Amino acid sequence: MAIETDQQPPVGLSRVAVSETHGEDSPYFAGWKAYDENPYDESKNPSGVIQMGLAENQVSFDLLEEFLKQHSEASIWGNKISGFRENALFQDYHGLQSFRKAMASFMEQIRGGRAKFDPDRVVLTAGATAANELLTFILADPGDALLVPTPYYPGFDRDLRWRTGVKIVPIHCDSSNNFQVTPQALEAAYNNAEAMNIKVRGVLITNPSNPLGTTIQRSVLEEILDFVTRKNIHLVSDEIYSGSVFSSSEFVSIAEVLEARNNKGSERVHIVYSLSKDLGLPGFRVGTIYSYNDKVVTTARRMSSFTLISSQTQHLLASMLSDKEFTQNYIETNRERLRKRYGMIIQGLRVAGIECLQGNAGLFCWMNLSPLLETPTREGELALWNSILHEVKLNISPGSSCHCSEPGWFRVCFANMSEQTLEVALDRIHQFMKRRCDKEKLGHV
Amino acid sequence: MNHSRSRRNPTREPDFPTVKPPSPGGSSSGGAGAAMRLIVPLQGVVQGRGGLILGSIIPGALYYFFQLYLKRCRSAKPNSNPPSPSSSSAQLADLSRSSSRSNLSSRGSVGPVRVSARANSIAKPNASPYYIGLEMASEDPYDRFDNPDGIMQLGLSENRLSLDLIETWILENLERSMIGGADGHLNISGIATYQPLDGMMEMKIAVAGFMSQVMGTTVSFDPSRLVLTSGATPAIETLCFCLADQGNAFLVPTPYYPGFDRDMKWRTGVELIPVHCRSSDNFALSVTALDQAFNQARKRGQKVRGILISNPSNPIGNMLNKETLYSLLDFAREKNIHIISDEIFAGSTYGSEEFVSMAEILESEDFDKNRVHIIYGLSKDLSLPGFRVGVIYSFNTSVLAAAKKLARFSSVSAPTQRILISMLSDTRFIQRYIETTRERIKKMYVAFAAGLKQLGIECTKSSAGLYCWADMSGLIRPYNEKGELELWDKLLKIGKINITPGSACHCIEPGWFRCCFTMLAEEDIPVVIKRIQRVVET
Repeated sequence: MAIETDQQPPVGLSRVAVSETHGEDSPYFAGWKAYDENPYDESKNPSGVIQMGLAENQVSFDLLEEFLKQHSEASIWGNKISGFRENALFQDYHGLQSFRKAMASFMEQIRGGRAKFDPDRVVLTAGATAANELLTFILADPGDALLVPTPYYPGFDRDLRWRTGVKIVPIHCDSSNNFQVTPQALEAAYNNAEAMNIKVRGVLITNPSNPLGTTIQRSVLEEILDFVTRKNIHLVSDEIYSGSVFSSSEFVSIAEVLEARNNKGSERVHIVYSLSKDLGLPGFRVGTIYSYNDKVVTTARRMSSFTLISSQTQHLLASMLSDKEFTQNYIETNRERLRKRYGMIIQGLRVAGIECLQGNAGLFCWMNLSPLLETPTREGELALWNSILHEVKLNISPGSSCHCSEPGWFRVCFANMSEQTLEVALDRIHQFMKRRCDKEKLGHV
Repeated sequence: MNHSRSRRNPTREPDFPTVKPPSPGGSSSGGAGAAMRLIVPLQGVVQGRGGLILGSIIPGALYYFFQLYLKRCRSAKPNSNPPSPSSSSAQLADLSRSSSRSNLSSRGSVGPVRVSARANSIAKPNASPYYIGLEMASEDPYDRFDNPDGIMQLGLSENRLSLDLIETWILENLERSMIGGADGHLNISGIATYQPLDGMMEMKIAVAGFMSQVMGTTVSFDPSRLVLTSGATPAIETLCFCLADQGNAFLVPTPYYPGFDRDMKWRTGVELIPVHCRSSDNFALSVTALDQAFNQARKRGQKVRGILISNPSNPIGNMLNKETLYSLLDFAREKNIHIISDEIFAGSTYGSEEFVSMAEILESEDFDKNRVHIIYGLSKDLSLPGFRVGVIYSFNTSVLAAAKKLARFSSVSAPTQRILISMLSDTRFIQRYIETTRERIKKMYVAFAAGLKQLGIECTKSSAGLYCWADMSGLIRPYNEKGELELWDKLLKIGKINITPGSACHCIEPGWFRCCFTMLAEEDIPVVIKRIQRVVET
């Protein structure tokens, strides 16, 4: 590619294009690169890197495959294909009504019928990533901030901030109370922002939490809701793991809390959901914003023009999610299998001498390796992470990439692999711990 | 009935107790709320603790009573909009106006919590005739049998002429193509799991091949230079985010596609500077005009980052020739700016000229390719707007790197990619489809243009696109934008046809209209002509 004159500088790009806010140089993503270069395979590459940094749900694929096999008409627009034409042309940002209805009812089913969802408040986006960014565009102006409890999903740094110009001010949580959000922490974060002259527009919580793998207690949700009401700001509840709670009764959605209050003050609340985790379909790119605020619904819908879901996908999933028998069975079976997996990994880690935060949801556990740190610092944590990646050949996510205030915590995913692979991973951890133990013993002798 | 009420931020006026908004329940609680609003501030005044405090409370209270008075005067009207004491009164006015009108029944709709300035501007009802017409036509769509008095949609550039071919292909090939594995065993992980968010490599290869085929195989596209997005709409927005900062501008020849105003400006904060083209030279693009616009922008202190062209042009339907493309490249190089070439109608040609892509020019000449970016998509040439497939094609590796990461906000659905990989790889079918579509578009164009001619309406000579650019300037009175919009309005409401007025496309000359004809069947053309005739003859 020849450049015409030597003196001319290269044609310029925007600040967004050159910024580092995409965060892809952090350890969270560096581990992925190591995996991509040397991926574990049961038969072809048994000594490769096992990917435990990807929160993907592969435990219930067979249920989906079974459905699709038995309902192939879902994919061909009905036996007479007459629906194809309409579907191929459909690009209405309201989304297919049948699909919105199916999503609303699926969300109700996940919550055991304890909350009602109106299909006309469902706004569709191509994934929860888009939903979170879209909400940020709508609720905050550049330079404003959202308060987010730590530790949080590393992707938020990119999704909430990159193009929007909005900031994240952390709400610090620690292990003294199992990383729960407290009213003091909320106030501190808010005051922190004010001191920096930053306007807070809302609080964004993830419930169940990523990376903690725990549901937020009802009392804490009430406190958060009271807080945002006092400050007259928004509350976004990312409930993307709501279907991955091991026991249904333990999950309380913000929707339930609102209904108990007769939806008073609900216009500041917005829920994000997606089929990427609960249904294991991240490739389909299906996300939703459910808002109790009419203006947000209208605006989000219009803005969703930039991130519409393929009409073909909507049609396929409308059929699947309207099948109440299928969804009920799927939700229960999926829940059970995740619980079993969780039990397996916790037990395996315990045998190796590692404790985890007591979790009850999600596709991962929050592991405490702080006793193993050379120094109780971020550097110490990253050094440990590095040796686990290169010696043990496991990619796990260091707590610092989740902005955890205490070093030594790691997120370990368990649902994106077969049981055999999980056994291999646990075995490697066991060996690693054994080696360290022996080294220490030698050191003391 | 919910009243919009002025919102007060308690933290700014410390001695005022917080007054809770009336619950969405009903008018009785509203009444109690109103009483509260009167009593509580009074309490604040009476209990004031000192001169300074009283000094700040009393004026505040008086002001508050004044507002209450105004509010009472307007309380009969559902759209009442009391002035607000807070700083962002214009935004609040918008908030209360739209939310009080829009929802009186469902729960939790009216509230004092604010949305962003960006959201406020988007929430406003859309004033452009382009969108108004689209909405009205979709609410009362013409159907030859079921709704013969409905509105005929000639405002949406959609191609329905060859969907039958795609339908047949789907019927014969779908099941195998979407989920079935090589050995017939169903394997969902190929479409369910996370895929590269800028598109699967197989899909990029298939799309690159399709682009080449559709543009006449005179140019080839490198799959590694593609970023796939959920439609051309996010493709162009993503490019804007990569090439320009908030407040920067793009030069855009007029008339242009009305959607650009939304797609390129909404969230990016980028400006569009129209560069007017005229019928006297067949709406051709002149570098002189570009240069003038560039210099004027510079004088205003506005930084121009690039030129956006659509080729084939929407709404005109003409194609840029090689000389024009060369001069554009020279101009861009001289000013060191980008060129975005929106080539989404490249395959929908029907004239005798061959389409020349920017990519073709760059392949053959030694230009600085880093400044050229192409937009494409499957919505027009392949008639599949619902499937949401758009393309950013760039020669600039930094732009590609950024666009790839941004594609996560607008990715293409995996099962849809699977179907399309299969379809686009069936190059024999694609060739047949391309040729048939072209014939059918041409047939419709000829019949439609002839029909308009019977009414004395001439179209510019066009060779591509799904529409024609009709000169109705002789039929408008007065000869200005107002006259044009009156005709548009009559055609929509009385004639029951939706066409797009040139002013919505920023055309500098009044009286031009874009008429899309590929949503019609041939039998519909005489109906359209008759309806236009009825309106213009009154």
